Amino acid sequence: MKNLFFLFLLTIATFSCGEDDNAQPSDNFDRQAMLTHWADNIIIPGYVAFTGSTTDLQAAVADFVANPELATLSALRSAWETAYLDWQKVAMYEIGKAEELLLTNNLNIYPVDVAALDANINSGVYNLELPSTNDQQGFPALDYLLYGLDTDELTLVNLYADNESYRLYLQAVANRINTLAQAVLNDWTDRYRGEFVANDGNSATASVDRFVNDYIFFYEKHLRAGKVGIPAGVFSGAPLDNTVEAYYRRNFSKTLLLASLDAVQDFFNGKSFDGSSTGPSLAAYLTELNAEKDGLPLAEVINEQFDQTRVQVALLADDFTEQIAADNTVMLATYDQLQINVINLKVDMLQKLNINVDYVDADGD
Amino acid sequence: MLIMSMPMGINKRLATYFQSTTSAAPLAVFRIFFGILMLISLIRFAALGWIEKLYLEPSFHFTFYGFGWVKPLGGYTYLLFVVCGLAALMITLGYRYRLAIAVFFCSFTYIELMDKTTYLNHYYFVSVMSFLLFFLPAAAYFSLDARRKSATLVPRWSIDAVKLMLTIVYFYAGLAKLNSDWLLEAKPLSIWLATKDSIPLIGGLLKETWVAYAFSWSGALYDLFIPFLLWYRPTRSLAFVAVVIFHLLTRILFPIGMFPYIMIVSTLIFFGPEFHKKVLSVISRLGEWLGMVPSANYEDMTSLSTVSSSSSKVSLPSTQSGDATGTLPSTFKIGILTCFFALQLLIPFRYQLYPGELFWTEQGFRFSWRVMLMEKAGYAQFKVVDGESGRHFYVDNSEFLNPFQEKQMAFQPDFILEYAHYLAETYRERGLKSAQVYVESYVALNGRGSQPFVDPTVDLAQVEISLKHKNWLLPFRDEIKGL
Repeated sequence: MKNLFFLFLLTIATFSCGEDDNAQPSDNFDRQAMLTHWADNIIIPGYVAFTGSTTDLQAAVADFVANPELATLSALRSAWETAYLDWQKVAMYEIGKAEELLLTNNLNIYPVDVAALDANINSGVYNLELPSTNDQQGFPALDYLLYGLDTDELTLVNLYADNESYRLYLQAVANRINTLAQAVLNDWTDRYRGEFVANDGNSATASVDRFVNDYIFFYEKHLRAGKVGIPAGVFSGAPLDNTVEAYYRRNFSKTLLLASLDAVQDFFNGKSFDGSSTGPSLAAYLTELNAEKDGLPLAEVINEQFDQTRVQVALLADDFTEQIAADNTVMLATYDQLQINVINLKVDMLQKLNINVDYVDADGD
Repeated sequence: MLIMSMPMGINKRLATYFQSTTSAAPLAVFRIFFGILMLISLIRFAALGWIEKLYLEPSFHFTFYGFGWVKPLGGYTYLLFVVCGLAALMITLGYRYRLAIAVFFCSFTYIELMDKTTYLNHYYFVSVMSFLLFFLPAAAYFSLDARRKSATLVPRWSIDAVKLMLTIVYFYAGLAKLNSDWLLEAKPLSIWLATKDSIPLIGGLLKETWVAYAFSWSGALYDLFIPFLLWYRPTRSLAFVAVVIFHLLTRILFPIGMFPYIMIVSTLIFFGPEFHKKVLSVISRLGEWLGMVPSANYEDMTSLSTVSSSSSKVSLPSTQSGDATGTLPSTFKIGILTCFFALQLLIPFRYQLYPGELFWTEQGFRFSWRVMLMEKAGYAQFKVVDGESGRHFYVDNSEFLNPFQEKQMAFQPDFILEYAHYLAETYRERGLKSAQVYVESYVALNGRGSQPFVDPTVDLAQVEISLKHKNWLLPFRDEIKGL
């Protein structure tokens, strides 16, 4: 019996060490292929589109500043909307340079601190590189500058025409958005893409583990809580309607939410940025691992829930401020739908993929 | 007493056993390596920044029942680690051993009691082993203490006690694996191994189902049989080879820190005196070479040692602490250790006192050598309701917990309850006169889909924190058969 046991154990040990000829079976899920697809077909094209939009935005600001009139204002507002929508598609990639620069903190912290922003304009003294100015710049600042200063377009145009301090601030904000976007894109193409793809292991610091953590963090904190939960008062007990995204623009928060939700689901399914194809993805990885929940493929369950959420979002008014005032329960119901996939992603998916939810590399036993 | 009530034959044999002696070398080697590994563990812990991350940064700590008063000491926490490390060094050198091991046991156990988020069976093992070592004459030989009075012989039971403890650890770990998840589903190993394909050489195999089963079964057999194969001389060497392979394999596959090394080194105690004398002579030469030990010291001690004999252990209580021969009467030590081992045998079975699935409720899970048994993850969303206005809101856990604490809290009922009480108290301080705390939580166990975990209609602020059955947990919608 004892000898048998040893034989057994040694056999395993020998097998384990001896069969490295078969170490690359084709049926293994190829994490490097997934990372390559993510980088080349989803993330980098996303940043290319985004920097294109921020460049246009910067140009539109320059046009408006040089020539403040209704037509240039309209073009600028449209450029802002496009860039803001393109931002929704890359906001979840807070890794590499974006993480280092705290891109989200610089581009999309809302509500905007109106008092501080006004003070910046009036004093003409500000340094947007300081973390303390995070809520005085980015898209929310432009939201205020383009829609919040005055509801009457002509008055707004005149305000810019008459005040250089306003024109300068508008330019400073738009320039910084573009600079940051360019920095992130350049880092991806120059350096980070290689590092990202090469780090294809399964430790807590490997690309898949870190990226998936960032992805879920985005879904939980920025999409679920930021866009819906916080304005609906989920964490405060009373609605906070001034915390909706694009508060001054009105009628735009739902568009942004949908863009973000689509981006998250498309990423899950490995849909390339141009929408032409799909590649290796989290969904495919789960399928490869035969991950199930309640007898259904987990990838299907998650996709189904994204779709359910979209149905619920469709019931929301375009203007969340208006929705919260009229009937906040629709917002709360949206939060509940979003919440279900937090559990599917964070508990079920992470367990199947054997990814730790934190990056604390504490010992286990 | 236990011994009295037994028939004469056994009584006599027991008396003979407890009076018999054996070489002190194995215990000395054990002491030296135990101290070194503890020192390395503590330095590693500090170097990884875990003192800050795990004990100083969080504003809230999860405490063990009855030990709520054990808290991190702010900046003095570093001092605690320094004291613990110095004690480990003193243990290795055998300098004022009795004091050193007492300080080590207290400081190490205090560290582990500060926050149960970091609970690991191997930390518990260290506490248990250092408690045991306090009663053993581990510095009687080849130590600084032994310069005054050395003994080459120690009671046989003192070495057997260490072996018995190791046997309990392995055997109980093996018993815990005799369940349907482990044996029939190869869970959780199949989950963990499937994504380890980037490991050199064996990576490609780890995704194979049969490999997960082979690992599960051989792991269970290993734990159940290895202590006995180590006791039994003919199989001992081969068993030790298995120990090394097994623990190094776990080291490669899983992030389990120092534990594999601690176990590999600990099992050396099963070898006979000749082996350990060789180890000591190597250490002695190494010490000489490093200039730490005056040359010929080891030989001195060896020659001195013939003076002492087995009778030296029944020494009278002495006032000198740190004395190599010990200050406690043998019968007293044996009495204490008998109780200690009885508890060690019983504690892992306390889960039988609770209804429900052990893996789900974790009532009686800790301190039972249940290692690597579960892949468990959860999500807990707490709802605070103002009892007066009925107004409610959800809690952002990251406001109070670090990610590691939040992760551990989400699937362990005693954590959830303690946190709920903390939330109630915090929001009461923030002005909610009657804060009710509810939780919507989901837990996934060993690859099953996530299921609701806690009854969301129970106000946890009203639930008493106790060792009683947690009837506010929802039942596990599956069955795991076995121990």
